[in-house]
Amino acid sequence: MDMNAYLSMFIDESNDHLQSLNENLLRLESEPEELSIVQNIFRSAHTLKGMSATMGFEDLAALTHEMENVLDLVRNSKLKMDSFIFDTLFKGLDALEAMVQDIVGGGTGKADVTSIVASLQIILKSDYSASSASAAPVVAANASISSASGAMLLDEFQSSILLQSIETGHNVYHIQIAIRDNCMLKAVRAYMVFDLLERNGEVIKSDPSVQDIEQEKFDFTFSVFTISNLKQEDLQSQLLNISEIETAEVTLLDAESLAVLGQSTAAAAVETVEAAQIEAPVVAKAKEDAAPSSQAAKGQAPAAANTPANVSRTIRVDIERLDALMNLFSELLIDRVRLEQLSSEIKRNDLTETVEHMTRVSSDLQSIVLKLRMVPVDSVFNRFPRMIRDLAKSLDKKIDLVITGADTELDRTVIDEIGDPLVHLLRNSVDHGIETVEERIAAGKPETGTIYLRAYHSGNHVFIEVEEDGRGIHHERVLKTAVKNGVVTEEQAKLLSADEINMLIFAAGFSTADKISDISGRGVGLDVVRSKITSLGGNVTIDSAFGRGTKFSVQLPLTLSIISAMLIKLGSEKYAIPLSSIVETGIIRKEQILHVHGNKMIEFRNVIIPLVSLSKVLDSPDFNENEETETEIVVVRKGEKWAAVMVDEFIGQSEIVLKTLGKYLTNVEAISGATILGDGYVALIIDPNALIK
Amino acid sequence: MGEELKVIVFALGNEEYGIEVDKVRTIERLSPITRVPKTAAFIKGVINLRGIVVPVIDLRGRFNLTETTPTENSRIIVVAVADIEVGFIVDSANDVIDIDTDAIDLPPEIVGGIKAKYLRGIAKLGEGRLLIMLNLSEVLNKNEIIQIEQLEV
Repeated sequence: MDMNAYLSMFIDESNDHLQSLNENLLRLESEPEELSIVQNIFRSAHTLKGMSATMGFEDLAALTHEMENVLDLVRNSKLKMDSFIFDTLFKGLDALEAMVQDIVGGGTGKADVTSIVASLQIILKSDYSASSASAAPVVAANASISSASGAMLLDEFQSSILLQSIETGHNVYHIQIAIRDNCMLKAVRAYMVFDLLERNGEVIKSDPSVQDIEQEKFDFTFSVFTISNLKQEDLQSQLLNISEIETAEVTLLDAESLAVLGQSTAAAAVETVEAAQIEAPVVAKAKEDAAPSSQAAKGQAPAAANTPANVSRTIRVDIERLDALMNLFSELLIDRVRLEQLSSEIKRNDLTETVEHMTRVSSDLQSIVLKLRMVPVDSVFNRFPRMIRDLAKSLDKKIDLVITGADTELDRTVIDEIGDPLVHLLRNSVDHGIETVEERIAAGKPETGTIYLRAYHSGNHVFIEVEEDGRGIHHERVLKTAVKNGVVTEEQAKLLSADEINMLIFAAGFSTADKISDISGRGVGLDVVRSKITSLGGNVTIDSAFGRGTKFSVQLPLTLSIISAMLIKLGSEKYAIPLSSIVETGIIRKEQILHVHGNKMIEFRNVIIPLVSLSKVLDSPDFNENEETETEIVVVRKGEKWAAVMVDEFIGQSEIVLKTLGKYLTNVEAISGATILGDGYVALIIDPNALIK
Repeated sequence: MGEELKVIVFALGNEEYGIEVDKVRTIERLSPITRVPKTAAFIKGVINLRGIVVPVIDLRGRFNLTETTPTENSRIIVVAVADIEVGFIVDSANDVIDIDTDAIDLPPEIVGGIKAKYLRGIAKLGEGRLLIMLNLSEVLNKNEIIQIEQLEV
């Protein structure tokens, strides 16, 4: 069988499971008594194990198996989680992640995990020796599972559990499952059966053993003893609803039949079950009409079941297809404008109506196409809790990370780029912001520091904030370092406002950390953060109160593929100027132009700013502003600097789709890209930063 | 016998040139070209090729031939070499032929004023027809453009 077809599915799902393992382990660490989380973790680990064993990634399956053993003990309250176990499990997760990455990169997913496996086994063993009374039956049970040769023999421990369950009013079933003999992945189907049973109750015993079933060491039938909260018919119809299940024979057991079972010999076990049962077995062939009833049963499934209710229905789409869709759509837009022109010339009513309808439909389509590219920022945020935990641990600090607005959506291209800058900011907060436990207590703060990571929409922008309640920015120390490192001179330093001092920490080669740590403090991080965010068309600001904490606020455009721009004319040519860098537009008369040292300047809002001739910068063939007595100007800014750009005519403001000039034309002076206008012509986008020297 | 090679035949002046068909994306009629400032003279600008912005160069200018005004027959041949997409303005393009790779000879030093390194070879088509095969990666060599720009400055 060709496994490649399943590989991408395997990779996607493994990543999902690893992520949920990570999240749940973190949750468990904060509330170690919450056993339902352990159930979730166990389920993810179990699925991962099953998938990797089926795909033939032995090392992956082996490591997951060891982790699962530990989790199993925790789940059954035979082992208490402590920090050593958490660390080992996290280490295991890291190794699993590395293996999956290797598989993604085309490798075999092989890795040396002996040290992690060894420490997992130490955990297992030390538990057995420590808790003698409760562990003993489990050992016995395990032994009996491995020695049982095909017969369903219940040992004392298992039958006592079953008996207790019956006495407390739970349903105990014996289930015989037969899988269709043409089934390719019978271990997967078996797993689905176990998953169903475990969601609705607990599996006490299976024959062959779970391990053997997972490794496909069984024919097409197996049987299980399970405690379930479902009714007999519901359970059966749900089991039959799993594809490729031939028959499912569900038998309700009571104390009497159980007692017979307990005494029966190994050879007669299965037969006795069937003979001793009180209620007749309901055998049903997997039929089409089983489906509706089982769906009804699912609807009634008790809320106690741990499955999340709101399963979102999604599909995964290659990002290139979305890009292709976007391109096709912009073509459609251009044709639409042409049609509008034609219909206004032809002036036929039915044509005009059709075109108007098309216009409405296509503008709806536009918003959907643009939305398709939006991804929740959660896909970046979800790795941070783990990172903060590890950092806090290595620095011996106590830190809570509070994430809000993880469902805020951003364009895919921005999402891909924003990860690294945020990592830098968070690391900086952990390392420089939050104090050590002793310092915090001395300052009268709670010993656990808090980092807030927030994302929210505002206008055409998304804001991401990293705020902590740490020590805040020490202005004098920042100034001293800045002067020492040559970022500013002493004279300049005296003139700086509080905000300007804060911004100094973004300067290249600046670091206030007294000693260099491997987390941050090489003096490159924040500098890189700012340039990255600026290159994304964003902005970063700092808000800090000494002793009370610091807030970094990152402002990002919603999308990089569509921007608002001012369209202008220069003779016969049209250009676009991004609205984000335009301060104002206006008209000046020739006599207002001042000449300073041979350069043209104008007075604008009481400041003298340079006047740039766009026609000269762009070698315009048919426009020269010197021939005009009045000239339109666009005032643009680059950071704090302003300049007035002379243009021929304003056309208007418009949303434009950004296009590159292709790989052949790179680094064209003063041009940052191109866009296609409604009439199908290409207009170049001016890079205002290049106009301000 | 060598391998069969399908080539698109186009004309610059009186000479016929060939480009392998698998390098050619599409052949278009001349559409309005948007000038890109501060680029080499033979780079005519960019066009909108069904939603994608593609640079267009004048092959006559690239080979230092005299540039002529476009006619009804002028075409833009869009080629793709190593994820660079470029359109060539040519005098006409109207034929696809099969040639035998064995029929391609190494180019002589100078052909029609074009430096030999832009050429892959010369194919004899019989009846005295010669087809000049272009070496696209050299024609699109960007380092050389930078040198040309420096000379112009």
